[in-house]
Amino acid sequence: MGDIVMLITVFVLACFVGVELISKVPPTLHTPLMSGSNAISGITIVGSLISAGIGEMTISTILGVIAVAFAMINVVGGYLVTDRMLKMFKRK
Amino acid sequence: MEHLRESIENIMYLIGAVLFIFGIKMLGSPKTARKGNFYSAVGMLIAIVVTLFDKHILTYEWIIVGVLAGSLVGAVLAVKVEMTSMPQMVGLLNGFGGGASTLVALAEYYRGMATYQTALQSNPSLTLLEHMPYQTTVSIVLGILVGAVTFNGSLVAYAKLQGLISGNSIRYPMQHPLNALMIVVTLVIGALGVMDLNNQWYFLTVTILGLILGITLVIPIGGADMPVVISLLNSYSGIAAAITGFVINNNMLIITGALVGASGIILTDIMCKGMNRSLMNVLLGGWGTAPAVEASKDKKQVVVKSVDVEEAAMLFDAARLVIVVPGYGMAVAQAQHAVRELMNVLEKKGCAVKFAIHPVAGRMPGHMNVLLAESNVPYEHMYALEEINDDFRNADIALIIGANDVVNPAARHDQSSPIYGMPILNADYAKTVIINKRSMAAGYAGIDNELFGFPNALMYFGDAKDAVSKLTNELKSMNN
Repeated sequence: MGDIVMLITVFVLACFVGVELISKVPPTLHTPLMSGSNAISGITIVGSLISAGIGEMTISTILGVIAVAFAMINVVGGYLVTDRMLKMFKRK
Repeated sequence: MEHLRESIENIMYLIGAVLFIFGIKMLGSPKTARKGNFYSAVGMLIAIVVTLFDKHILTYEWIIVGVLAGSLVGAVLAVKVEMTSMPQMVGLLNGFGGGASTLVALAEYYRGMATYQTALQSNPSLTLLEHMPYQTTVSIVLGILVGAVTFNGSLVAYAKLQGLISGNSIRYPMQHPLNALMIVVTLVIGALGVMDLNNQWYFLTVTILGLILGITLVIPIGGADMPVVISLLNSYSGIAAAITGFVINNNMLIITGALVGASGIILTDIMCKGMNRSLMNVLLGGWGTAPAVEASKDKKQVVVKSVDVEEAAMLFDAARLVIVVPGYGMAVAQAQHAVRELMNVLEKKGCAVKFAIHPVAGRMPGHMNVLLAESNVPYEHMYALEEINDDFRNADIALIIGANDVVNPAARHDQSSPIYGMPILNADYAKTVIINKRSMAAGYAGIDNELFGFPNALMYFGDAKDAVSKLTNELKSMNN
């Protein structure tokens, strides 16, 4: 039981950090922010990798491999597209 | 030894999470944003590499297949997408993240069931509930559900924005009660699954219902509300990732998921404020269909004055301050480069040019800024609504390109208007308002704009790209 309380604590505190951080981003950067944070949501790759690497070809492995591919699309696509956008923001 | 390895793993995850936080912090300024995105990517790389050393991972062949396939698809999508299509692109990528969360949750269910048999051999008195406690199974059900809604919801949003299906609000009788009922049923089936782990059909049914909910929840949202959907789904994908963290007991996933969840919620809130609508209001659908009927019913006769390119050029030639109000019409016509060209010519003549950007201009928050940046408009020239609204009084010309609702004065005083109360750009306060439109058609919200009939308003008809280029050429050819 102590475990889950600890995890919830971390979740709640991280939510506050997120709100603090993101409220300070100016409207100009809202689209890159969204696509950048979107790329970060690909962190679910951590779970995918474990599922995909259990060994033996089981249903978990199959689901895990598809999950790895999906998460990598999210991660690679997200970071590249964000970088493409941010490259364009130039000063005079 | 095992303990040390686990500690190192957790410390590396912590470093990854800190890099994400720094990365987002640096996204707060255009000067550091690109570096911030890089730091965040490094954080992700660390997380991936550390996970590859996890003790649960026994084989790598299939991981390599998945990583290569996903990276290739992601890279191709990212390189090929046009800036005008960015909203649907972000939506699509987001959907894959949500889909991955569903698959991980399902995989963890099957893995838990399989490892139980092995665990029984060393400890015959182990019960299934001890092996898979409620924390794990409840998280699995929620992870499946939120991920599936995100996945299919994002695909629907993508299809709408890409024009594969109608972008309008699609409605049918009993829509909201049916959706509510389906959510309740899904949760009940999920709860039954938690009680009866041996029956995989509960978990598969939750997956299927989640996928259906993704469609039925997004399909009634149409038109101008799409930005809200995109940022809300963004938030869901973060929550799905955080739930995955609860499933596999991983702090890093929880922290990171929470960051993304918060970002989506804040942007959603900004969009809603920008339209003076409540989130509930958006989610239940509205706008775009009903108002159009209303508007045509009591259509007032608006008398408009139009200008040709010579007259318009003369006005611009004498101007000292021009404020441009870009709308999605500009983006569709790919006119952003022509607009920047006009900016250069005006600046050469000693006229200041500013860009006023409404929070809901474009198809996602800040989309218009990206489009202008693409055509090399420096970011110092872009102003948010509250920064520029007082400047309109000093402006010689407010040039409105392909924007309608964001400058409609009805929002200030007409209580019967669907956009009443929405903050608007005070373009009508400029000495002269020049409105570039192809025709007198109503805007995205489907309502008429009384601004067009104002004494200081002039219509400059034509395709945005073509009309702005002509204006620029005319200005260039004027000798002064």
